Amino acid sequence: MLKILKYSFYDLMRSRWSYVYFAFYLLLGIVLLFLNNDLSKAVITLMNVIIILVPLIGTIFGVMYYYNSKEFTELLLAQPLKRSSIFLGQYLGVAISLSMSLILGLGLPFVFYGLFESSAIWDFSLLLITGTFLTLIFTALAFNIALSNENKIKGFGYAILLWLFLAVIYDGIFLMILIGFEEYPLDKVSLIGTMLNPIDLSRTLILLKLDISALLGYTGAIFKQFFGTSFGLIVSFIALSLWVIVPVLRIVYKSKKKDF
Amino acid sequence: MKKLVVFMSVMLMTVTSVAQKLEVCKTCAITTVQAAITQAKPFDTIIIRKGIYKEFDLNVDKPLTIIGKNQPVIDGELKGEIITITSDNVAIDGLIIKNVGTSYTSDYAAIRVKRSKNFTIQNVVLEKLFFGIYIERSNDGKILNNKIIGDAVEEYNSGNGIQLWYSKNIQIEHNVVQHVRDGIYLEFSDFCTIKNNLSSLNVRYGLHFMFSNDDVYENNEFSNNGAGVAVMFSKRIKMYNNLFKDNWGTASYGMLLKEINDAEIIGNTFHDNTIGINIEGSNRIIYKHNNFRNNGWAIKVRGACYTNTFTENNFLYNSFDIAYNSNVNDNTFDRNFWSSYTGYDLNKNGIGDIPYRPVKLFSYIVNRTPETIILLRSMFIDIIDFSEKVSPVFTPDDLMDNNPLMKKATW
Amino acid sequence: MVTIQGLHKKFGKNLVLSGLDLSISAGGIFAILGPNGSGKTTLIKSVLGMVIPDKGDITVLGKNITQNSDYRHQIDYLPQIANFPSNLKVRELIKMIKDLRKSTKEDERLIELFKLTPFLDKKLGQLSGGTKQKVNLVLTFMFDSPIIILDEPTSGLDPISMLRLKDLIQTEKEKGKTILITSHIMSFVEEISDEIVFILEGKIYFKGTISELKTKTNQPDFEHAIASILTDNHA
Repeated sequence: MLKILKYSFYDLMRSRWSYVYFAFYLLLGIVLLFLNNDLSKAVITLMNVIIILVPLIGTIFGVMYYYNSKEFTELLLAQPLKRSSIFLGQYLGVAISLSMSLILGLGLPFVFYGLFESSAIWDFSLLLITGTFLTLIFTALAFNIALSNENKIKGFGYAILLWLFLAVIYDGIFLMILIGFEEYPLDKVSLIGTMLNPIDLSRTLILLKLDISALLGYTGAIFKQFFGTSFGLIVSFIALSLWVIVPVLRIVYKSKKKDF
Repeated sequence: MKKLVVFMSVMLMTVTSVAQKLEVCKTCAITTVQAAITQAKPFDTIIIRKGIYKEFDLNVDKPLTIIGKNQPVIDGELKGEIITITSDNVAIDGLIIKNVGTSYTSDYAAIRVKRSKNFTIQNVVLEKLFFGIYIERSNDGKILNNKIIGDAVEEYNSGNGIQLWYSKNIQIEHNVVQHVRDGIYLEFSDFCTIKNNLSSLNVRYGLHFMFSNDDVYENNEFSNNGAGVAVMFSKRIKMYNNLFKDNWGTASYGMLLKEINDAEIIGNTFHDNTIGINIEGSNRIIYKHNNFRNNGWAIKVRGACYTNTFTENNFLYNSFDIAYNSNVNDNTFDRNFWSSYTGYDLNKNGIGDIPYRPVKLFSYIVNRTPETIILLRSMFIDIIDFSEKVSPVFTPDDLMDNNPLMKKATW
Repeated sequence: MVTIQGLHKKFGKNLVLSGLDLSISAGGIFAILGPNGSGKTTLIKSVLGMVIPDKGDITVLGKNITQNSDYRHQIDYLPQIANFPSNLKVRELIKMIKDLRKSTKEDERLIELFKLTPFLDKKLGQLSGGTKQKVNLVLTFMFDSPIIILDEPTSGLDPISMLRLKDLIQTEKEKGKTILITSHIMSFVEEISDEIVFILEGKIYFKGTISELKTKTNQPDFEHAIASILTDNHA
């Protein structure tokens, strides 16, 4: 698997898309910092960007890589290699190169700006960790979609739809449910609802840092326990890890069943 | 006139020629504070030497200056009130007073001033107390450099650090008040000045006004209190350059204003509070040059509030800048800096070319269904906030800052 | 060497293999023939484990292939369509495949044989179909495994390369290897194969030597024999 990871990664490092992605983050970081001149504000803006764009780029890039590297996959399949290693290797190759673009692209401008002397370093690290998790999750979801759909157009369609659903529509439905059942105690429901969507989950993690004053304004005891202690942070990270593990397991399962 | 001159000279004679010093210590002629007070004549000075004096119910009924040397301790052993001042012109300086009795029927204090004038209480340390310094129907006093450290946990069985009741012209400066119910409490007390105090970790409020008018408080710090400052049913209070921070919790505010008119809130900083200022039924208040940073809600307006003006304040990274629970507005927002303002300034005059709407639809939703707070900063919320911004339905449509600043306001 | 029992495979509603049984003994060249869509490639891919059968057992070198994928180290496979990552150079590709499978020196001889030296530093995307097929052949033959599976090995090859390929196949056969070939070029099949496996409608229709086939169909030459099978079955 490591060898395939190496070659996928190598392959991606030569493709211009990784550079586009890297350049995009680099530019974003620079523009945010040097136009805003304010680290805290830049971190807030970045959070919005990371929560929306990282999943989008992860899904699109994942699906695109899968379909574009069909030849490579076929070549590998003709070799005496385990299927799960082929697909996991490719998945990790994509996910790691995307994460690296993210971390380096955003990290470099911030480091040059003097991040290490700033109090925003924890917020920023949390942002990068969340971004990496989102990349791992959405690339895995993208591979799942691509593995289940031979048709490229269909695959892209589902990928965009998935992103749209999790980034926007889910929250709309979630809001309707919360308002619709407002007479009932809802703190458990709202926390569970958050766990079921990786984008919401990452958003909550960041809220814990940025908006803790507002979150503590709410009375529910479970809320308080969740947001007032490290419990929330731990649970969120466990849920995020599950969101990586489950789709990856499905990649393994699907790839074993698939005909080429 | 003649009478007055005679009176003055008699006074002067008594003060200069008759006044004497009495010393209290374990090996002195006088070994208890009570004995010293009994033996002293008006305008005498009592010097209390280092030591522990287990006494309570000390009644200072004549003008005396009581000075502790090397911090003597008066230990009330939880038996009741410790010092009660019932005469004008009393000064207390440099004592440590502890173990005030707790009672549900009478408000025992470490030092109580009753119907007296011109008192001074300074450099006193109060520990294990019920009420700290209780000023009752007394005027023209000074409370300076005292340190009041209680151990209050619940509201119902704890007292206030410094309490003023029907008292006028009191100066409260450079005190530290912690772990009591209300740090400083004023009821029916006018023309008082509260300056440079630190009031923190108190169970209820850092500073609390009830029915008190024309008071000034400035350069104080209020942190980690149940709520920072509560100003209720009072008029013409001036609040300058105070710091309100880390007041976190369900009903926690930096400042609570309730039925307040004609106040000035200028130059204060509110940061990391659940609610910066909570306003109910308050009119004609000037908010100027305040910084609101990283609060859950910078300002929450409930009920009818008219003709308030908010100018040249900085609203920085608050989860919500302003929340209203109705869609009527009679307040003015002008030339503030809003960190979430996204407009532009084409004519480069430092003022954004499109108005800013500080009230978001989402704050209205959260007000209705508090659990929805979990959706804060979601893209869906941004979308509905945007559509509300374009055509306001639930939020006051005339509530906007027509001249939002492009850079932080400085003064 | 390779035993297949009751192999079934459906793609969607399309039944491709319906209870195919086949046993291939060690040594020799076996041509797998059949009309388009008869399931030749599916059969080969099933043996390789690239297609997962719905039913049936496949044993390679005495081991059931579903248990372990190690048997594939004993197989060299030439895919039908030579799809390679287009931004890799030929040299890098060969190096990569060696890295993934095992080290060998055979590649140098094969590169020499197919005259590929001038193309080593070209990217695969820039190569013609025939050159790609030669690269494909190098990748297949360089590992020296006991079983060789060739899916349409002749496609795109010029006559000289074709000759070299035939020689190569014969040499491998002489080493005692088992070679499975599919091809549309009947002359090539006739010239090279020891035995024919004819698949029709998802089953083995005929298995035997070319002369047996001629006798069975009463046709004087191989091409007509094949044609007669097809016309008989469509009639």
